[in-house]
Amino acid sequence: MKRLELMIGGALVGLVVAMALVSFVWTPFDPTAVLSAPPLQRPGWPHVLGTDGMGIDIASRLLVGARSALYVGVIAVGVAALVGVPLGLLTAQLPRAAAEVVLRATDIMYAFPALLLAILFASALGGSTETAMAAIGIASVPAFLRVTRAGAVTVLASDFVLAARSCGTSRPAITVRHVLPNVAPLIGVQASVSFALAILAEAALSYLGLGTPPTTPSWGRMLLDAQTFLFSDPLQAWWPGVAIAVAVLGFNLVGDGLRDFLDPRLAEVA
Amino acid sequence: MLRTIGVRLGVFALGLVVASVVIFAITQALPGDIARVLLGDGASADQVAARRAQLGLDRPLPEQYLAWVGGMVRGDFGQSWLSGLPVRDLIGPRVGVTAWLAGLGLLLAAAIALPLGALAALKRRRWPGFLTSALAQVGMAVPAFWAGILLVVVFAIGLRWLPANGYVPLRSDPLEWASHLVLPVVSLGLVQAAVLIRYVRSAFLEVLGEDHFRTARSIGWTPWRALARHGLRNAAVSLVTVIGLQLASVLVGAIVIERVFVLPGLGSLLLTSVISNDLVVVRGIVMLLVLAVLLINALVDISYVFIDPRLRTGADR
Repeated sequence: MKRLELMIGGALVGLVVAMALVSFVWTPFDPTAVLSAPPLQRPGWPHVLGTDGMGIDIASRLLVGARSALYVGVIAVGVAALVGVPLGLLTAQLPRAAAEVVLRATDIMYAFPALLLAILFASALGGSTETAMAAIGIASVPAFLRVTRAGAVTVLASDFVLAARSCGTSRPAITVRHVLPNVAPLIGVQASVSFALAILAEAALSYLGLGTPPTTPSWGRMLLDAQTFLFSDPLQAWWPGVAIAVAVLGFNLVGDGLRDFLDPRLAEVA
Repeated sequence: MLRTIGVRLGVFALGLVVASVVIFAITQALPGDIARVLLGDGASADQVAARRAQLGLDRPLPEQYLAWVGGMVRGDFGQSWLSGLPVRDLIGPRVGVTAWLAGLGLLLAAAIALPLGALAALKRRRWPGFLTSALAQVGMAVPAFWAGILLVVVFAIGLRWLPANGYVPLRSDPLEWASHLVLPVVSLGLVQAAVLIRYVRSAFLEVLGEDHFRTARSIGWTPWRALARHGLRNAAVSLVTVIGLQLASVLVGAIVIERVFVLPGLGSLLLTSVISNDLVVVRGIVMLLVLAVLLINALVDISYVFIDPRLRTGADR
């Protein structure tokens, strides 16, 4: 069952990655050329999924849209992990009172979900892909910090760390050699789940007109455009939504499958 | 018990202060001169300076911050840079719209997730359990605003049962009010329910392993009765926590949903203010949303004391 989750998730993620990679070398039509074909065509040939209100081939836009989603996800999750993991490792070694202060601070950050932070950033700096990535990344830091800290505290209390310490191994060496490899799987699971959330946040931001700029194809933006033609061409609103759902489902399944695969004890509860 | 509540309220107050500093700092980071942005490129240096003084932007930052916070404490959120209207008057009539949407959305999510989460836990090895979990997994992947768009396609455009967008105040016509809120609330609630189902399921799964549940079963109670009598209260602490944490995402979801259905709530005002650089309004709305999230989470923490008597003696919960 768990292997099935991992396999389906992997296949869906693979599909989205393949879409993004293919779009670099080939798209059926130019995904940005306005009015190169009659607008609002139904699915058929040669426009497999039809054309949108600006006469752009929907299939081509959908392929390139995968890039925006993955791009924002990779950078946002990368930022969150680069900040959150070292902070988590650090707070695991702090005295209880000091760690409590850090954890309380992350509690306050939970009141700023990624989307709200991104809207706040956009008000000060203008909406752009970079603002979106920064906001989503910062909002995901607490999750990485907590997961890393929780894992590190357990590892630090184990016998092999005690043994290493009694051999005179320094704290930084223990952290890098023993703690980090043992919490890495937890971080991997978190990265997968955060990636799914990042894709959802990017889609919502682009839909609101505060994320990826209109000139770059993105799934959220496509939904915004499709809404204008909801009465005449409702089919247009399906494709980008399905693409978002497939990507998010894929990363969530990989995260779940990975967690249960790594720690069978959790499989029953989670 | 009083001490627990006191400590939690202290943390809540501290959170508000930190959040207000963060919000102020970010909205202050605007590159360039906001007075010039508002007046346009044609304005003279004197005009820009006069506008800056009028908006209070020539004062030192700490003074501006204290003036903003001091005003909010007295219920004065400042004046819109764009229209000159008091922010309170702009926000006031919109709070209700967002509160109805988020409140009813959360309620619907809980109403769906509780029974389905229990089902997923009780029948976890049979097909109803698998099906519920699979549905929840798919539901989590659907963006709420897309669900909204699809609901419009089916129920407003296809079947013509409900209006596609707009809002009618409750006082002027309750029936119209309800019909305009059905689709927004359902799109928000369905997606939130999918997230909740998973938490409800794991909260109930923990209860299923407890001795008192086994005892209840062994004296002939049906699983559902045992779960309702013993499970609900024992799972309550985790459930209330999750619902509290969900509030932040429900409020954020409401912002996007308001855009889909053109509802005149806080979210749509926030978005128009962001686009027109009206940072005083942005600041006020974000502060209000964060206040709501921090307050609900403080109340959730305090509610533990009433749900679970064992937590009453613990000082640091």
